[in-house]
Amino acid sequence: MVMSWIWTGMVALSIIAAAFSGNMSALSAAVPKGAQAGVTLAVSMAGSICLWTGVGKLMEKAGLTGKLSKLLRPLLGRIFPSIKTDSVLENHLSANVCANFLGLGNAATPMGIQAAQRMAMGCNGIASNELCKLIVLNTASIQLIPANVAAVRSSLGCNTPFDILPAVWITSLCSAGLGVVMAWGLGRLWKK
Amino acid sequence: MTDYIVPILLLAASAFALRKQENSYDLLLSGAADGLKLLVTLVPTLVMLLTAVTMLRESGAMEAISTFLSPAFRFVGIPPETAMLVLIRPISGSAALAIGADLMAQYGVDSVIGRTTAVMLGSTETTFYTISVYFGAAGIKKTRYTLPAALFADFVGFFMASLTVRLLM
Repeated sequence: MVMSWIWTGMVALSIIAAAFSGNMSALSAAVPKGAQAGVTLAVSMAGSICLWTGVGKLMEKAGLTGKLSKLLRPLLGRIFPSIKTDSVLENHLSANVCANFLGLGNAATPMGIQAAQRMAMGCNGIASNELCKLIVLNTASIQLIPANVAAVRSSLGCNTPFDILPAVWITSLCSAGLGVVMAWGLGRLWKK
Repeated sequence: MTDYIVPILLLAASAFALRKQENSYDLLLSGAADGLKLLVTLVPTLVMLLTAVTMLRESGAMEAISTFLSPAFRFVGIPPETAMLVLIRPISGSAALAIGADLMAQYGVDSVIGRTTAVMLGSTETTFYTISVYFGAAGIKKTRYTLPAALFADFVGFFMASLTVRLLM
């Protein structure tokens, strides 16, 4: 439903702007141009998308998420102290974080939801501090390979689609890290 | 350096799968077939959204929005050309992808705007969607400070994307 409002809003805004500036002929020409651009983009991303979903499945079955979660355990224990006494929660949570990291969105969400449901038990519908931190961590993406973006870049003729990696890593580490710090700070101030 | 990462990741994934006695080539193929299905669901979305985004740009609305917001964006050091992307990113992932692809095409993939757009897309998530899915599934009514903290993380992402592109590239 949200998307219906956004799409209608975008079209309405375009018509208002075009009427004001006398760009109506450009606006009308934009319609078929934009539709074709959608297909062109999808087709030129096709190879990358297929490759990375294939590699994603491989990484999942190869147990790379399990290896990674061992490395992350100490760090996660600091952010979510209750996983030290709850091994089921620990497994869900580290699987969620690791799958996100490897870009396996389809595997990450169910694991994250199971972790959230376990955290929510006995909360009476009020989010606990740890649950808030889990959601903040999931809204800030930390990804090893942002495959979709790289696909768009290479489809537009970029020769080095992966040269943004260091910038992406620094940026997402800062955003997730400061997001969790913010959640921690607000958790101390906010009343239940 | 970054040129090593992707080829080595491909090798590592396949080698680890082989060591676990998995048929790595079959897994690649069935995963790629899933990717094709994903792509089919993506085509209608991209067609509709790029139509709307192209209309926004050609009508001058996109420029009007970034001009209107440019003092605020310049103040925090985010390129005002990315205003529309910053506004839509927390709400819709596919709309953000459409706007981002359009920005990269207009300003050039290797321009500062193009790169900032790419880093923004690669390092942020669809915040509102994620919050509603998680809290909905967990049966949480009172979300307390989650939204402000998550939006703050998004803001840090947009800010750092602009900064890292300016400093590193």
